[in-house]
Amino acid sequence: MKTSKLTGDRIKEYLALGKRFDGRKLDEFREITIETGVSKNAEGSARVKMGKTEVIVGIKMNASTPYPDSPDKGNLMVTAELLPLSSSRFELGPPKIESIELARVLDRAIRESKFIELEKLCIKKGEKVWTVFIDIYSINADGNLLDAAGLGIVAALKNSKIPKYDKEKEEVLYGNWSDEKLPLKKEVPLSITIYKIGENLIIDPTQEEEDINDARVTIGSHKGVISSMQKGNSGELSEEEMYNILDMTEKVWKDLFSSMEKYLK
Amino acid sequence: MTIKRFDGRKLDEIRKMSAKVGVVPNADGSAMFSFGDTIAIAAVYGPKKMHPLHMQNPKKGTLRFTYNMLSFSVTDRIRPGPSRRGTEIGKISEWAIDPVLMIDKYPNNVVDVHVNILQANASTRCAGINAGALALAHAGITMKDMVSSVSIGKLDKDLVVDLSKKEEDFEEGEGATDIPMTFTNNGKLTHIQLDGNIKTEQLKEAVKLARKACKEVYEVQKKALKESIK
Repeated sequence: MKTSKLTGDRIKEYLALGKRFDGRKLDEFREITIETGVSKNAEGSARVKMGKTEVIVGIKMNASTPYPDSPDKGNLMVTAELLPLSSSRFELGPPKIESIELARVLDRAIRESKFIELEKLCIKKGEKVWTVFIDIYSINADGNLLDAAGLGIVAALKNSKIPKYDKEKEEVLYGNWSDEKLPLKKEVPLSITIYKIGENLIIDPTQEEEDINDARVTIGSHKGVISSMQKGNSGELSEEEMYNILDMTEKVWKDLFSSMEKYLK
Repeated sequence: MTIKRFDGRKLDEIRKMSAKVGVVPNADGSAMFSFGDTIAIAAVYGPKKMHPLHMQNPKKGTLRFTYNMLSFSVTDRIRPGPSRRGTEIGKISEWAIDPVLMIDKYPNNVVDVHVNILQANASTRCAGINAGALALAHAGITMKDMVSSVSIGKLDKDLVVDLSKKEEDFEEGEGATDIPMTFTNNGKLTHIQLDGNIKTEQLKEAVKLARKACKEVYEVQKKALKESIK
């Protein structure tokens, strides 16, 4: 069910006074919990709850041929499914723009930050490398799937072990894991999305708030170093607003990182 | 000589079950059901007007059941999205539940049940049916009875309850036979499938064994529903 105009207008009235329906500040996240190892057959997995929003991210790996332009580097593939289970808005069928964009934006946040050390995932140059599959599933969609999934990816990757590999037969021994963890850089890329509603900038919208956003900007960064960005939706931003978005991101990043540090070790 | 199970269970012992309703707040009803490491979650949306309109049935409502495995729920990743296997399991689950659902109360409407397998270690369709039936009850859809599902296996010559993945792949002697079944609480069979080989007499025994095991499943389902209204 789409948010009605009446509710939308009321949300805007509240925001103009610096208030939100659930009493949060404009730059405050809902309560976040992360649970790792939620699916045993995966190389790594995590469940993130952000208020009522819930996503599950799983990591699987297989050995495959490298791309010709990167013969000694592992591959990365991110997909997202917005399950009909998670909201009456999502329907079965081929992936639609929402899930494609979600996966691609987060793919870039991970890829461009070089968080996964893909150069260490080469088995035999030019012939076999590891492919890392990151699969995102929505379990309950109540706004800001982007940031919830972004956190889920990092937590699941941190939790991942490389499967055993038989070098002679050149095949993966699924269901058996080596002691080796997935090679990751220390610098954790966090994706943070700032939403513009009317004249206000907020983070972590509920579904109702997300429905009436004019524009959003997703920024993947680590300690002020930005490695990916995407503006979504058609609303325009003034130069001033763009600067505010960048400053807000840097502040929110610190808050989020310090509260999530225990999960992302 | 009777067979010894890999995980030390007795022949008629079900893996540890757990069930919970209300796991998806957005849905009209939802539930989680697990047999050991097999975890299914289900959400119900509806009753709602059927679209497209030409599919509306003015005499009774429609139950639609979808079954999907998360890509990482098994050791060898499966491609995300619909599959032939999932489509078939969705349909047999629908048939398994339909008899207890008073779907004629909802003409022109559809009730959607979405089941997703979070973690798989055999008997996923049974866990899915159990979760789906629970979610329907949790959504308050009028039902005459509950359905409970369990798989009976034959390992070599012996019957066992609730097959695990390792047992499903058993190859010694006569190998493994997998017989998932679903019963209503008053003892009607609403679903049965079979893969393997078994003689008629022993199959009759398997049905009896399933009936008994389903009563245990039913108690777990009932408890989960009762806990939700405390």
